[in-house]
Amino acid sequence: MTFVNWLKRNLVVIAGLLTLAYLLLPNVIVTVFSFNKPNGRFNYEWQQFSTDAWKDPCGVADMCGSLALSLQIAFWATLGATALGTAIAFALVRYRFRARGAVNSLIFLPMAMPEVVMAASLLTLFLNMGAQLGFWTILIAHIMFCLSFVVTAVKARVMSMDPRLEQAAQDLYAGPFQTFVRVTLPIAAPGIAAGALLAFALSFDDFIITNFNAGSTVTFPMFVWGSAQRGTPVQINVIGTAMFVVAVLFVLASMVIGNRRNRRKA
Amino acid sequence: MKTTDATDRGGDVRLSGISKTYGSFTAVHPLDLTVPQGSFFALLGASGCGKTTTLRMIAGLEEPSTGTVHLGEQDVTALPPYKRPVNTVFQSYALFPHLDIFENVAFGLRRRGIKSVKKQVEEMLDLVQLGEQARKKPHQLSGGQQQRVAVARALINHPKVLLLDEPLGALDLKLRRQMQLELKRIQTEVGITFVHVTHDQEEAMTMADTVAVMNGGRVEQLGAPADLYENPQTTFVANFLGTSNLIEAEVDARSGDDIVVKAAGDKLILPGGRSSAPATTGGKVLVGVRPEKIGLAHADEAGSIPEGRNRIAGKIVNTSFIGVSTQYVVDCAACPEFEVYVQNIDRDPRLVPGADVVLHWNPAHTFGLDAAQDIDAGVAEEEAA
Repeated sequence: MTFVNWLKRNLVVIAGLLTLAYLLLPNVIVTVFSFNKPNGRFNYEWQQFSTDAWKDPCGVADMCGSLALSLQIAFWATLGATALGTAIAFALVRYRFRARGAVNSLIFLPMAMPEVVMAASLLTLFLNMGAQLGFWTILIAHIMFCLSFVVTAVKARVMSMDPRLEQAAQDLYAGPFQTFVRVTLPIAAPGIAAGALLAFALSFDDFIITNFNAGSTVTFPMFVWGSAQRGTPVQINVIGTAMFVVAVLFVLASMVIGNRRNRRKA
Repeated sequence: MKTTDATDRGGDVRLSGISKTYGSFTAVHPLDLTVPQGSFFALLGASGCGKTTTLRMIAGLEEPSTGTVHLGEQDVTALPPYKRPVNTVFQSYALFPHLDIFENVAFGLRRRGIKSVKKQVEEMLDLVQLGEQARKKPHQLSGGQQQRVAVARALINHPKVLLLDEPLGALDLKLRRQMQLELKRIQTEVGITFVHVTHDQEEAMTMADTVAVMNGGRVEQLGAPADLYENPQTTFVANFLGTSNLIEAEVDARSGDDIVVKAAGDKLILPGGRSSAPATTGGKVLVGVRPEKIGLAHADEAGSIPEGRNRIAGKIVNTSFIGVSTQYVVDCAACPEFEVYVQNIDRDPRLVPGADVVLHWNPAHTFGLDAAQDIDAGVAEEEAA
């Protein structure tokens, strides 16, 4: 009976922990296998502990080049999509213009459309335009599909913003530019940041659209896919683990900064 | 951007022919209004009467469709809000959520390029008794504290005019009373012109020197609170400010300065000077009297009522005891729901529902209104508020 009671009390915690495990288990596997020393070309079975791959992460031909390219594309795609998406979100929330309703729904189209369809149609478009496939076509495609996510994230934030805050700023001698920089932007910042993070993550690991529109250029996800046919180097796990650790460190750092700021203010 | 010349009349607000239309809807009809420097002016009306639009036109947050706004001698009609020497305390305060209290209050100073703001901000926070809370974020404060931050944030700029848009609407009754006195004290202290928008007639009367009662985008009447209360010119003002008993009557005769009217057989006297209605014999007039001016006598005592008082017979329908007074609803031939407030000095135990009574009052307390108006104008709004 005591066990049943204990279970009742801790059911939520147990369910939470199980869900967390479900989410994190793949990451654990990736990390564990980054320390593997595989027998043969495939890194699917545990053989023995080794830090060889960590000592030489760029030891696989072309991998670090594709990684750098992916990071570069993700950076510019994030920048482009965030700037455009933020502007669109403000326009949609703040202004009444003709076809606003249509734009509002069309902006979701890239989210709703099957990626493979979009990838194929983009390729058709690029080929018809005579564009050279490569860095720029990938970047254009990434900005395009990241845009809807940024708009969605920023729009939610802008909609919940009280327009009187900006009026109050104007009333307190802030011109339009000052009002935007001092009030509008800081208040919208969490939405914009969420949109940007989403855009970065989406762009960095996109495979389908990139694969269609990359020409002979190879991004990191394409490299992983390509190498998976012929054997998986341990370095892929190293890169994966490193990205995960960097992301976790980012989150921890922002939490620590936020906590310290709150404590100082209180 | 701002001149601080104590001798000029820069705190006068002069609205000339100002109006605002949205498409086919007219929020404010052409309006002339002068608020003298240093006064506490209230715009009073139900929601949608145009009072907030008028305030926002003074602030520059709304562009007038016609007319001009002058601050002192300066025509500010074309100036954007950030170039006008006025500041606003917004409804629900509009404090910047990402800035702490100190930075909220310092905002206006910083935007005008003032570098050393610390001393001024601290003094201002002390004035509103929030010195301890300087480093908190707005959401960590109570409603009353947020309200005071909003006032401090506006006042620190020494505006020529402070605009208050329903600043106390979100507070509970007790706190609202306290803040009314507080605002009045601050206004007396700093001597800045306050223009206060409210739907609460009690708030307007307690705080303001001059009240403009607005209805349907027009100013119905403007004056000192006591004057508006005693001498309403329209049924809207009579009903919106406190309660009025309005009786439909017919002009019978004139005797000297007085007008004698007949209402369902009762003869009442109305001082000619207190009637805003044309007094042609046989014409209709609305006769009004405030509930607290009326005496209530049991029908058996009718003989003891002094001569020369207006009197109407009726039957008590309802009574409610509220401590300092008892409120009676009396059914009369002339007026089916006559309200009477009697102070609880000597309570007559016979005055219960169903009792026959005589209402009597000094004719000097009677006012007359044009009968061509809606007799119930302003009643519902008052209840809603």
